[in-house]
Amino acid sequence: MSRTHVTCTVNGDEVDFLAADDTSLLDALREELGLTGAKEGCGTGDCGACSILLDGRLNCSCLVFAPEAEGRDIVTVEGLADGDHLHPLQQAFLEGAALQCGVCTPGFLVAAKALLDENPDPTETEIRYGLAGNLCRCTGYDKIVRAVQEAAVQLNGAGK
Amino acid sequence: MTATENPTYTWVGTRPIRHDGYDKVVGKARFAADLDLPGQLHTAYLRSPHPHARILSIDTDAAAAMPGVRAVVTGADFPDLDPMNPNFDVSVNVMARDVVLYNGHAIAAVAASTRAEARSAAAAIDVEYELLPAILSLDESTADDAPLVNENNITRFVESDGPSNLATVNVNERGDVEAAFADADLVVEREFETAWVHQGYIEPHACVVDVGPDGRADIWASSQGHFMVRAVTAAVLGWEPSRIKVTPAEIGGGFGGKTTIYLEPVAARLSEKSGRPVKSVMSRDEVLRATGPAPAAKVRVKIGATSDGDLTAIEGWLGYAVGSANDFAGLVGAMSVASYKFPNLKLEAIGALTNTPKTAAYRAPSAPHAAFAVESVIDEIAQQLDLDPIEIRLRNAVVEGDPTAMGMPHPRIGFVECLEAIRDSEHYRSPVPEGAARGIGTGFWFNIGEQSSATVNVNEDGTATVITGSPDIGGSRASMALMAAEELGIDVYRITPVVAGTETVGFTDITEGSRATFATGMAVVNACRELVEDLKARAATILGVEAEAVDWVDGEAVADGKDPLPLAAIAAKAKSTGGPLTETASLNAGGAGPSFAVHCCDLAVDEETGHVEILRYTTAQDAGTAIHPSYVEGQMQGGTAQGIGWALNEEYVYDDEGAMQNAGFLDYRIPVASDLPMIDTIIVEVPNPAHPYGVRGVGETGIVPPMATIANAITRATSVRMTSLPMSPPKILERLGER
Repeated sequence: MSRTHVTCTVNGDEVDFLAADDTSLLDALREELGLTGAKEGCGTGDCGACSILLDGRLNCSCLVFAPEAEGRDIVTVEGLADGDHLHPLQQAFLEGAALQCGVCTPGFLVAAKALLDENPDPTETEIRYGLAGNLCRCTGYDKIVRAVQEAAVQLNGAGK
Repeated sequence: MTATENPTYTWVGTRPIRHDGYDKVVGKARFAADLDLPGQLHTAYLRSPHPHARILSIDTDAAAAMPGVRAVVTGADFPDLDPMNPNFDVSVNVMARDVVLYNGHAIAAVAASTRAEARSAAAAIDVEYELLPAILSLDESTADDAPLVNENNITRFVESDGPSNLATVNVNERGDVEAAFADADLVVEREFETAWVHQGYIEPHACVVDVGPDGRADIWASSQGHFMVRAVTAAVLGWEPSRIKVTPAEIGGGFGGKTTIYLEPVAARLSEKSGRPVKSVMSRDEVLRATGPAPAAKVRVKIGATSDGDLTAIEGWLGYAVGSANDFAGLVGAMSVASYKFPNLKLEAIGALTNTPKTAAYRAPSAPHAAFAVESVIDEIAQQLDLDPIEIRLRNAVVEGDPTAMGMPHPRIGFVECLEAIRDSEHYRSPVPEGAARGIGTGFWFNIGEQSSATVNVNEDGTATVITGSPDIGGSRASMALMAAEELGIDVYRITPVVAGTETVGFTDITEGSRATFATGMAVVNACRELVEDLKARAATILGVEAEAVDWVDGEAVADGKDPLPLAAIAAKAKSTGGPLTETASLNAGGAGPSFAVHCCDLAVDEETGHVEILRYTTAQDAGTAIHPSYVEGQMQGGTAQGIGWALNEEYVYDDEGAMQNAGFLDYRIPVASDLPMIDTIIVEVPNPAHPYGVRGVGETGIVPPMATIANAITRATSVRMTSLPMSPPKILERLGER
């Protein structure tokens, strides 16, 4: 099968890769670019483990064809930290024990970033609905919601 | 990090950031599907579209000739084990031989250069079937003259006269239930049913297998026990286990479902045939159709009581539909009814086979079904006698020395303490909100010990590496490090906990039965204690004093008249005092302490839609001693959320042909964040005397109480008694319509 040459920005770096037309962006990120942070939990857009930001918007990368990434800006979990400086969400997840097995964690962090980018001071209910596209089977969500609340406080405090 | 919440200890009871956490929040943690080897092939399976059929022929010629295809395997590529071999059922489950036992049963697998090529080739395999009658429910399975589900099944634990649909029959009895019922002031009897539910781990099963020209296999796999992966893979292939090296990947959830294998022997055979590494990853559809759900069940419970609320007798029949092959659910089911004194008891539990996926363990396997029934009936008795639901349970709760269902006495347990914790909680003492109702339920799990190994190395800079063989499914590495920090007296961040592979640590049983922090933790403690003795001896040499004159205090060797000698100083002189500082301990742990839990839930029922909204939820559970309280809370909360899903949403839906109609996360709907409130936790600590720190496993109990807790609240909200899980809106509306 012929492959398409795709050029895009991933976590701030311009990258290019070859992908068959029916390759998902998730597979391209994982297999062509070696960015295995995003996970495939279902392949049907139901679990959110493959969450990425595509031009700043939250997407399931398993539902995006790789060639659709041409010219676009992608952020994955690997792009959240600033060098060795963790994003406040990452720090809050660590300190709040908001992960157990950790396989859903990359998706939650990306989805939570999308939520806080749009709504810097969400209520608990807004957090719960904002993360309702991400499945976690370990935590019961309690510590995840609290970590997002804590990160929001940190981010808002830093901006003041 | 907070200060310790346990005044007895320095490190135990603190909440450090888990050592494996950083990799998990930056996307570096390596799960099984995250590994790629050069030249690797990808797999696709052909799975049965029928629930029960004889395979007349399989033609793989066309598939083998398709582009990119390097190898094809069928059941003919695996040795036929003796049906009495303990791995017989797994060997048949990973690849059907002459009969398919459920829709989704693997028939053939292809390895090709790309997944797309593998899928195309798998679809080109031609199979001729002769359809056989299919059994799709417990009632069909136990009916007189029912056709056989699996001609190789023999009933366990009773005399058997040939193949049967019964997996197990297990009877426990004491006293005289008939006489007790005749004397009782009140007798309540009800029948309950529960659906098949899946563990729902977010990471599908995955492995990478590379069989070399020397015939040795390297396996990277996600599992709850890599020594189990080695042993069972070897058995299915007909190999010596030592031909296989298994390296544990990070595991993306298991909950019991990864205590067995599906892919590894098939990938190994494909790798052997193709001479290439083979990566095999299940789709979600395959996970739901072909890996272990928990059994569906029917449970009949009859309980007698005095007018004062003394529970005098229980008679129960528990039937578990265990899927296509034998399973222990029926055996354990009867054991799991042991929270109350019940002077008279008669329980019969059976497992019955069905032409549905072979079931697998799921968190406190078979206890939730039993507790749903027993806790519902006790609540009904409390209502009829106008007794507080906690008081009736306190009145009858088992304490140390009371018999379990099997008759052996309970060790020191904390059921009463958990009941009191909920009774005295702000939640239970607060008024029930307007328009809501409150339910109480309880549950427990025995827990197990089993075999574990640990090695502790002191490094030349005075840090320590703690190496175990227990896959970490919920934060156990942090717990190992905390116990080692306590023993060695050094900072928990100066300890690196590692989960090592089959060739780098001593044999260790599966992470199951809530045993890792208990049993593997004990091995870590034992190794550390040996190490401290060695450190004291080395210090004595360095200080020029008798070994008996040295104490170990807060990470330093202390002797009268000498400056304290810190661990790092001793480590720096390891070479001149006897060589590397390392100790290994192994054990077969006894004395696992049961963990009890009591749950309290406020909910509202929308009588127009049948929707149940959980408004507030509190769980109290006995952890013995919480090593890392955050991850104890995490187990309590996670188990509770799974129980809420089991109670309200989750069920396998089959059509008449035994095809699962909801094999995806859209339609098999596990709870999402917006379905749940915060889950408040009260950690009760009644130390387990058999563990050096008092640990009881906490992993499983949390899933046991929610079904009855929620059902009991629904009854108090609506006056109808829900007896069928899930308590989904259509079922609730139907019952409301019957009022």
